[in-house]
Amino acid sequence: MRSLLQGDRGGQILLTVLAIATVVLPMCNLLLPPDHPWHVSTYQLNLFGKYLCYALLAMSVDLVWGFMGFLSLGHGAFFGLGGYAMGMYLMRQIGDRGVYGNAELPDFMVFLNWDSLPWYWWGFDHFPIALIAVFLVPGLLAFLFGWLAFRSRVNGVYLSIISQAMTYALMLAFFRNEFGFGGNNGLTDFKVILGFPVSAQGTRVALFVASAVSVIAAYLLCRSIVQSRAGRVVVAIRDAEDRARFLGYRVESYQLLVLVISAMLAGLAGALYVPQVGIINPGEFSPLNSIEIVIWVAIGGRASLYGAVIGALLVNFSKSWFTAVIPEYWIFALGALFVLTTLLLPGGLAGIFSKRRVTNV
Amino acid sequence: MKVLAGLLCSLLWSFVGPSLAAEQGDLIDTLSEELRNRKTVEQAIDKIAESESERRALWLEAILEGNLYVRKSDKKAVFAVKEGSGFSLTAASDDASLGTVGKREVSKVKINNALRGKLRTALAQLALTNPDPQKRLAAVEQMLGDLDDDKADAIRQLEKDEPDADVKSLMGLAGSIYQLTVGAKEQKLAVIDSLGINTRPIVVQRLEMLALSDDAEVAASASNMLKKIRSRISLFEKVETLLFGLSLGSVLAMAAIGLAITFGVMGVINMAHGEMIMIGAYCTWFLQHMLPGFIEYSLIVAIPLAFSLTFIVGMVIEFFVIRHLYGRPLETLLATFGISLLLQQTVRTLVSPQNVPVSNPSWLTGQLQIDPALSIAVNRLVIFVFCLLVFAVLMWLLKKTFFGLKVRAVSQNRQMARAMGAQSSRIDAMTFGLGAGIAGVAGVALSQLTNVGPNMGQAYIVDSFMVVVFGGVGNLWGTLLAGLSLGIVNKFLEPWVGAVVAKIVVLVFIILFIQRYPRGLFPQRGRAAGN
Amino acid sequence: MSVSPQTLLYLEDVSVSFDGFKAINQLNLYINEGELRCIIGPNGAGKSTMMDIVTGKTRPDSGVVTFADSINLLQLDEPQIARIGIGRKFQKPTVFEALTVFENLEVAVDGDREPAYNWRHSLSDEQRQSIEEVAHTIGLNDQLTTSAQVLSHGQKQWLEIGMLLVQKPKLLLVDEPVAGMTHQEMDKTAELLTSLAGKHTVVVVEHDMDFVRSLNSRVTVLHQGSVLAEGNMADIQSNTDVKRVYLGE
Repeated sequence: MRSLLQGDRGGQILLTVLAIATVVLPMCNLLLPPDHPWHVSTYQLNLFGKYLCYALLAMSVDLVWGFMGFLSLGHGAFFGLGGYAMGMYLMRQIGDRGVYGNAELPDFMVFLNWDSLPWYWWGFDHFPIALIAVFLVPGLLAFLFGWLAFRSRVNGVYLSIISQAMTYALMLAFFRNEFGFGGNNGLTDFKVILGFPVSAQGTRVALFVASAVSVIAAYLLCRSIVQSRAGRVVVAIRDAEDRARFLGYRVESYQLLVLVISAMLAGLAGALYVPQVGIINPGEFSPLNSIEIVIWVAIGGRASLYGAVIGALLVNFSKSWFTAVIPEYWIFALGALFVLTTLLLPGGLAGIFSKRRVTNV
Repeated sequence: MKVLAGLLCSLLWSFVGPSLAAEQGDLIDTLSEELRNRKTVEQAIDKIAESESERRALWLEAILEGNLYVRKSDKKAVFAVKEGSGFSLTAASDDASLGTVGKREVSKVKINNALRGKLRTALAQLALTNPDPQKRLAAVEQMLGDLDDDKADAIRQLEKDEPDADVKSLMGLAGSIYQLTVGAKEQKLAVIDSLGINTRPIVVQRLEMLALSDDAEVAASASNMLKKIRSRISLFEKVETLLFGLSLGSVLAMAAIGLAITFGVMGVINMAHGEMIMIGAYCTWFLQHMLPGFIEYSLIVAIPLAFSLTFIVGMVIEFFVIRHLYGRPLETLLATFGISLLLQQTVRTLVSPQNVPVSNPSWLTGQLQIDPALSIAVNRLVIFVFCLLVFAVLMWLLKKTFFGLKVRAVSQNRQMARAMGAQSSRIDAMTFGLGAGIAGVAGVALSQLTNVGPNMGQAYIVDSFMVVVFGGVGNLWGTLLAGLSLGIVNKFLEPWVGAVVAKIVVLVFIILFIQRYPRGLFPQRGRAAGN
Repeated sequence: MSVSPQTLLYLEDVSVSFDGFKAINQLNLYINEGELRCIIGPNGAGKSTMMDIVTGKTRPDSGVVTFADSINLLQLDEPQIARIGIGRKFQKPTVFEALTVFENLEVAVDGDREPAYNWRHSLSDEQRQSIEEVAHTIGLNDQLTTSAQVLSHGQKQWLEIGMLLVQKPKLLLVDEPVAGMTHQEMDKTAELLTSLAGKHTVVVVEHDMDFVRSLNSRVTVLHQGSVLAEGNMADIQSNTDVKRVYLGE
């Protein structure tokens, strides 16, 4: 682990802070009485947990954008699919506690007069299967997308826009009732996860810890790629794809590997996110969501993993603040962020601290 | 027959002059007793129908709709409209307002179903003699479905003197259709032949009945003709879908052409392109809002206004943002996305987060009826023509003007163009402005087809980009053809799979297409394209 | 020239056209093992296109391209061609700007090209040694930790040549190696390329006649996509066809 973080000052600090928070914040919540000045409410802890999911998502985008040069405008799709996989498990856990009291079918299927569970819902009663789907489904989509795109050497703006089209098409599809994922309303009204009530204090704390541990683990995983020789090849491909090809590298397999790993991380982020917010709906697939992730990364600093984490936390804290205090100005602030960051802060916040410059892609 | 005689009479009367008839306005009041009585009501209706009063159609209609009442106090016939717990009355004789009364002070003229049929017939026959040929046409049309001897006779009589050719031919058709029902075998066969391929629903229905008839010859002849008619109808349906697709395609092409220019020439994706469309649409709304009396001309004025406004907005964006991000297309994409958010939110703040109403000028509404089974909405036709027009002007601008020459030079080789003295930064600004301006003009056109709201532009950025890439970057003809063909494909898919799935199918198709042919349908060839 | 030369690269009857323009027209070219060969020709003669064909970037419309006796290059794609031992230097120096000099060489060094392997394994001692040797050869051994993007134009050219060397190819295709170099650097490059011949086979495409002369090798002149003349520099300079093409006589 030490060697993974070698020369990554930002990462060392970030992981230390995260590790401390993983231990301390739950203790502040569970052990301190509510009137204590250091007490962290379950609501706040849940909010932090949500932000950590965003941080994980931002890291997955940074991996493909920062290191591989693929500006993905469709990572919300992978996040959403992971979320839906988890949501399906949670729906099955409702059992007969739904409004219609039907133990065989989720409420929305009863409402649509369906008489049996569609095949793609089979197995989602079991947590391990759902967990596999959390990684497998986004991974598979990424593989398919990447295989088609990278093999025919689609890149740059083209790749970005078709990734946006991909998430857009998924959004349209998931909005349909016939698709079997709850249409407009998505999946919600969850009751229990692994037998524990989803909204209980203990569960929330556990979900927070799970999110924090996931972020730390994902960070280390990303580092292990980025600072390996393969990571250097990926950066090489970003800067001069043809050169790498003439050196004998099968460029598309590197791109595919990174994209699939990134999609799986995004899927994991979605899966952790859903039980914490209690809902997943097709809005997660909207192109706006996906492009917002990109701005977190841009602000934090591309090609620096800790930058992506910091960017995600920072922007989302600001978003919560704005939407609570002056909601009508949030979109202005976000728009201005896009313009100003790209114009004035191409290396993001991390770029201010790091000497090594990021070349333009 | 009685009714009919009266009818012919009144036809004459209506030519003599309405002043005479007007004096008979109080006829209705003299009949009020008879109308209230269930036994005499039919007789009273006959009397009304036979009268020459010019208000008789109004009365019959009111009876039919159950709006004709009799005021108990003075036996005056009144039109009554429910108001609160009572009725608001107007005199049936001359529309004078009679104030409101309680429920019990009036009694309704009640009719049964048999009388309802009679009333409808009488009203239709009245309409057959209406001086307005459009009304007569509608009346014949309405009678086609339930002809009887009386009606067929009446129509045959009127057909001889009918001055209007359309009405006359429709009356002839009515006669033929009647023959299909009552005529002898030879007549039926002759009529089937003479009708030919006629796509009217009523003809189809009659033929369907004949196709089941006991007479094998008639049945064969009818079903044979029916087959021809059906294939004609399905052809028309295809034509209609094609036209629908062309109009959708025109919208796509117009939205995409501006993007094609900026992307083709500068390699820049303007994510705020959809917002230029939105601004153009809001220009239309703004003009109509400010000058509500000039809706008819609003579009004509809105086009130059939208073009200039978005042209300027485009130049401003280029000057402050795009220019500083050259060679960094992905950053440009992000920055312009930020601009699109800012523009949307500005409109939400300044105007409203809701959609705004934009009206259609009357010359854009209505249908062109080419055949009973084929009609074209005028606005769809106009938008297609407009799209071609915009394209033609743009082509002229790029191929025949000095500005166009410079734009093409910069797009092919920036360095070389600069060396030859083209001020590439000014050309870029103008080009960006031009792309934005065309989006603005597209917005004006779109305001006539879809809802105008702050989010309307978002839907177009992915679509437009797909069209540009599908057609081949840097090739405006490709963009036009791609837009039109995608529109058509979309509309042909819709009846099969529904609008949303059609859209998804088209999106997935293009994604796969781009991955197979990254340079689009009509790729730019040559050395420069490879880099 | 060796006495019984073994042909390493073999192009026969190769043609390719872009939009009707014949970039390569029934080209025949034979490169012997261990040979240093210069290819010259006016702009548009098809020099770069020829390299594109050999390295798999462009597919010819017709013809045969064979490497090391029996390998049909037309059936392989770029990475496969690189892996069987054909290295290429681009006309425009192309190095990985975000990486350091060392990392550039590390990416290029001969070894397994699979992602999973490179994720798990760092450099072997052998590879490390070969990188250091080459860094010496190209004179960048003091700048191993320097970011490639701050190198001078000449240094980038050298780094790219170095990347070719650590790749240990059988055949090196070198496209305009001295563009933008000072005379001193040019001399050093000539020395380097000459020293490579024998161990490697080197094909150099160049515009600069002084440089070609200093290589003192067999020269092939391309014109309109086919071979116009072949021989040593003196022969070429006295060839009337070549004079006509170059000087318009």
